[in-house]
Amino acid sequence: MPVQRDEVMPIRSSEDVVRVRQMVRQWAVTLGFSLVDQTKIVTAASELARNTLGYGGGGEVQLEIVQKGIRSGLRLTFIDQGPGILDIELALKDGYTTGGGLGLGLSGAKRLSNEFEIFSRPGEGTRVSITRWK
Amino acid sequence: MTINSQSYFPELLKQYEQELLTDWLNNQLSTATRRTGLLKEAELREQSRQLMNSLRNAVQHGSLTDTNTPEWLPVRELLANISNTRAQQGFNPAETATFVLSLKKPLLTRLRKELEKQPDLLAEDIWTTNLLLDQLGLYTVEVYQKSREDVIARQQQELLELSTPVVQLWENILALPLIGTLDSARTQVVMENLLQKIVDTGASIAIIDITGVPTVDTLVAQHLLKTVAAARLMGADCIISGIRPQIAQTIVHLGVDLSAVTTKATLAAAFAIALQRTGATFTRANK
Amino acid sequence: MERIPILKLGDFLLVTIQVDMHDQLVMTLQDDLTERIVKTQALGVLMDISSLEIVDSFIGRMIGNIAAMARVLDAETVVVGMQPAVAITLVELGLSLPGVRTALNVDSGMKLLRTMLDQKEMANASSAR
Repeated sequence: MPVQRDEVMPIRSSEDVVRVRQMVRQWAVTLGFSLVDQTKIVTAASELARNTLGYGGGGEVQLEIVQKGIRSGLRLTFIDQGPGILDIELALKDGYTTGGGLGLGLSGAKRLSNEFEIFSRPGEGTRVSITRWK
Repeated sequence: MTINSQSYFPELLKQYEQELLTDWLNNQLSTATRRTGLLKEAELREQSRQLMNSLRNAVQHGSLTDTNTPEWLPVRELLANISNTRAQQGFNPAETATFVLSLKKPLLTRLRKELEKQPDLLAEDIWTTNLLLDQLGLYTVEVYQKSREDVIARQQQELLELSTPVVQLWENILALPLIGTLDSARTQVVMENLLQKIVDTGASIAIIDITGVPTVDTLVAQHLLKTVAAARLMGADCIISGIRPQIAQTIVHLGVDLSAVTTKATLAAAFAIALQRTGATFTRANK
Repeated sequence: MERIPILKLGDFLLVTIQVDMHDQLVMTLQDDLTERIVKTQALGVLMDISSLEIVDSFIGRMIGNIAAMARVLDAETVVVGMQPAVAITLVELGLSLPGVRTALNVDSGMKLLRTMLDQKEMANASSAR
């Protein structure tokens, strides 16, 4: 998939989470996403950014505009060097949490995007990538 | 010196532009497949003249193998224009491409005549001409395809909007009569339309009538439940009506839980309960 | 420090959330609101979120918590003005905010609060008898 534009933002504080939301919104508007699609990707970004901060101890997000045929989309990749996830399948279950949240972060973000990829190993951090097509 | 010094092709176009244009036009006008009804002769002449001209300019300094370079931009723009108009006029892709490809014959004939004594150069230039015109021909087809796809996408959107009318039945009461098969894309539009209409009208109750929906599978049922849940988050209630016997059976067999939603067999029953909930009373006048 | 204003309207408190909330602001709101409910003996809380462009699970949980805390303090909470795009996204996220009453706008929210309070009063009166 060709990448047209990309940018990396740090996620170190809860203000950064707000900044990530605003930047993702801006990019989604530029791509011509409908209001509902904008809201979905921004919400998914918010969930994942919070995970990066809370579970991963901070990290970064890479925003990319990707192209597949005539469709363009927004891909977000969240990377942290935190403790990683022991059981990914379990972490993706609704209601499962180790941090006192609602346990909807990962599973919700997955439902809100068209493509979802996760890579994590205990001790090696976590990398979650989501894509939403226009 | 230009990068095309090895080829006679640029020189050919420069010297014989008029002659080539005449030959090409004669060819095009005498072809049996010409669609006189769709395209006037004057228009065809003008398009051919413009293309010939911009082609001549492009080959003087541009690459002879790659038409994606900036020197070729005017040619591509012109072809895109012609291709778009022809798609709208009702030409098929083959006819649209033939417009460019038919230029091969006059070009090759002229090349053969001019390079009679230089067979090596002739072979080289025939190859170049073929490649170049094939690229341009393919480009017109691509543009044609794209403009057709745009038309289809627009029609799909229009169809989606047409097929989901939200009507106001009474003060504070909306109805959404669904007709036909519900797929994911359509349900999403239906859902958004209904919720937006709820905001616009301030209606507190929406009746979703599925009398016209032939089948309800798990996915459709889920979409309906999501719409109801979203409306509730916004502060409006939904009633689902028009549930036919078979659909009631399927819903139970599929294990879909509709207990959190008010359901009624008919739109009339749903309307009556909606009126009641909004505080309206109605009586039948005695004769 | 940045704070979300809380207005008193008769027996009710009106909170209008207009900024993209970071987490600290959300926590401050929880503190401020519970304090104001006690101080003013408010019977109801209207939370206007019509300007909120997203509600993620954290903000959703905060809304649920505020409603639950208010209930413990004997005040009813109605969340008003959620945008359609936000509602669709919340449902997709898997959050349906059970236990939170909702209304389309401040007007109908106020009406709903009054009805709820009347019912409560009637229930109290009949159980006292």
